[in-house]
Amino acid sequence: MSSSSSSDDELGGARIPIGQRPEWSDVRPVPQDEGPRPVVAIAYSGEFRETMDYFRAVYLAGERSPRALDLTGEAIEMNPGNYTIWHFRRLVLEALNVDLLKEREFVDHTASHNSKNYQIWHHRRWLAEKLGPEAANREHEFTRSVLALDAKNYHAWSHRQWVLQALGGWENELDYCHQLLEDDIFNNSAWNQRYFVITKSPLLGGLQAMRDSEVDYTIEAILANPQNESPWRYLRGLYKGETNLLLNDNRLTDLCLKVLKTDCSRVLALSLLLDLLCNGLQPSEELKEVVESMRHDRSEPSNANLAAVICSILEAMDPMRLNYWAWRRSNLPSEIC
Amino acid sequence: MGELEAEKHVQYILSVEKRKDDFESLLMEHLRINGAYWGLTTLDLLRKIEAVDSDEVVSWVMSCQDQDCGGFGGNVGHDAHLHYTLSAVQILLLFDRLDILDIDKVSDCILTLPGYKMKMGLFLAISGVKLTLAYSEALNAALLVHRFSYCAICCLSLLHHLDKINAEKAVDYIVSCKNLDGGFGSIPGGESHSGQIFCCVGALAITGSLHHVDRDLLGWWLCERQCKDGGLNGRPEKLADVCYSWWVLSSLTMIDRVHWIDREKLAAFILNCQDRENGGISDRPDNAVDVFHTYFGVAGLSLLEYPGLKPIDPAYALPVDVVNRIFFGK
Repeated sequence: MSSSSSSDDELGGARIPIGQRPEWSDVRPVPQDEGPRPVVAIAYSGEFRETMDYFRAVYLAGERSPRALDLTGEAIEMNPGNYTIWHFRRLVLEALNVDLLKEREFVDHTASHNSKNYQIWHHRRWLAEKLGPEAANREHEFTRSVLALDAKNYHAWSHRQWVLQALGGWENELDYCHQLLEDDIFNNSAWNQRYFVITKSPLLGGLQAMRDSEVDYTIEAILANPQNESPWRYLRGLYKGETNLLLNDNRLTDLCLKVLKTDCSRVLALSLLLDLLCNGLQPSEELKEVVESMRHDRSEPSNANLAAVICSILEAMDPMRLNYWAWRRSNLPSEIC
Repeated sequence: MGELEAEKHVQYILSVEKRKDDFESLLMEHLRINGAYWGLTTLDLLRKIEAVDSDEVVSWVMSCQDQDCGGFGGNVGHDAHLHYTLSAVQILLLFDRLDILDIDKVSDCILTLPGYKMKMGLFLAISGVKLTLAYSEALNAALLVHRFSYCAICCLSLLHHLDKINAEKAVDYIVSCKNLDGGFGSIPGGESHSGQIFCCVGALAITGSLHHVDRDLLGWWLCERQCKDGGLNGRPEKLADVCYSWWVLSSLTMIDRVHWIDREKLAAFILNCQDRENGGISDRPDNAVDVFHTYFGVAGLSLLEYPGLKPIDPAYALPVDVVNRIFFGK
């Protein structure tokens, strides 16, 4: 940032109004045009109004100077959501050929209180693209710091994924996912990132190579919290498009069996079992017995297929989605167990 | 289940428009036109749009127009932006005042507006000149953001100028962001998120490309958004929020799977988020209200066919009678 910034008195005193700063004495501020018939009279604070009036002046004049840059900094502090100011700042940065590492400091500072602001993330991306692959580490540090405060911040995750693909830095990503899941096994964003890493990282072997160990990892997570939606979905993702592999992996039916034998959180296990049956699974006797023992009184007659029985159980167990499970029941494949 | 405090919400919205010295107004001043769209559409759904002076509103909206390019800014004197241009067009349509626009000019400008990611070094100049190859490339790069893609497609469709966009490319990119769970993320591999899903499904619906959606798979993911309290969340293991009553519900409506959620429980959740004293709806029960959530709550109830409300179109986010007027004449 320019050392001529007058936004704070160096002795830590009050902010000097722009109109009283010598470097701005040649500029006439441009007040807001409220339009021909203002419907709403908005009263702004004096500081904000003045800053925007001066911003309007430099904007309309097309000024590209250090003082204009500083001014956008002040305006952004007051209102970081305003697109026009950011856009103008980029024009000034390019015209002045500013050291972009210094600009990154500015963005870091602004972003620290605004982690969901589209403009800032957009500006960050613009900056990182200009800085190139050397910027990768710093960007990962940055998103990591945002995620430390809110591990599901969608902007941060989008940015992190973009940096990985555009600038690199995959080395520790799987480990990072693991850390986040240790913090919160229910973090869907972390599960999604894990899938992103194992499928896209140039340093790992791809889904085929990673599948086996990932299945074990996921099953452990599920057994700890069977009501956790994310790992169940992750598990399905590991076998997407590979129905034969899916059906031949006994770990999945073992998992369902284990969960069904407990007394709670069985909806997701039943749901997976239903999908396996719909894909042609031949259920074991043990599996059939366990499901039978869960039957509701008014469910299907005892010669109904297992899948239909599961649907009936789910209609009772997950009544919010009654219509969904009823539809599943009416839509079972013909040759099903 | 409690009642919808329609009259209180009307008063709340009218009071927001008149607010003079509110800090929140100050922060939101650059997106005032969005706020106006939310407020006015809600009034129309409540069948109370005549409570505002249409001439005043239309006049103010037009004062937000950038005379050079034809697009609209978030407020008077602000740069034109895609998001705000859509809101402006939607507001004019609520009052059946589209005749006031030079439609060709606005349509032409939409693709040049900020709201797009620009390739490095490319500066989009506003001109009437035929698109150069570089420009087209930039546009293709530009359609990489679903939010903006949806805004552009929705806006151009409302102006009967969908021909100005390369819909196929837009659809291709959206499809590349389809995840294994049937949902959509912001980039290929991005986490499925209800807001992204709405933008993608909406854009696909408007361009006649819904066949790309696996309705059963996505329908299941969407109906799993319903939490024990009856509300809808945006992603697995997050809290319910009234705004998802719109993003999730409109998506379910567009793919014809609304019946897969418990509609009564959702309606009860929304009604529970009302401020019954002062009007307005909040994100969840007992929180502070705002115009944004008031709109989404009422729009959600409309999709649930709550009695007394006008039906709303899930793709265009405008009352059905307004959309019918646009596409089928008066």
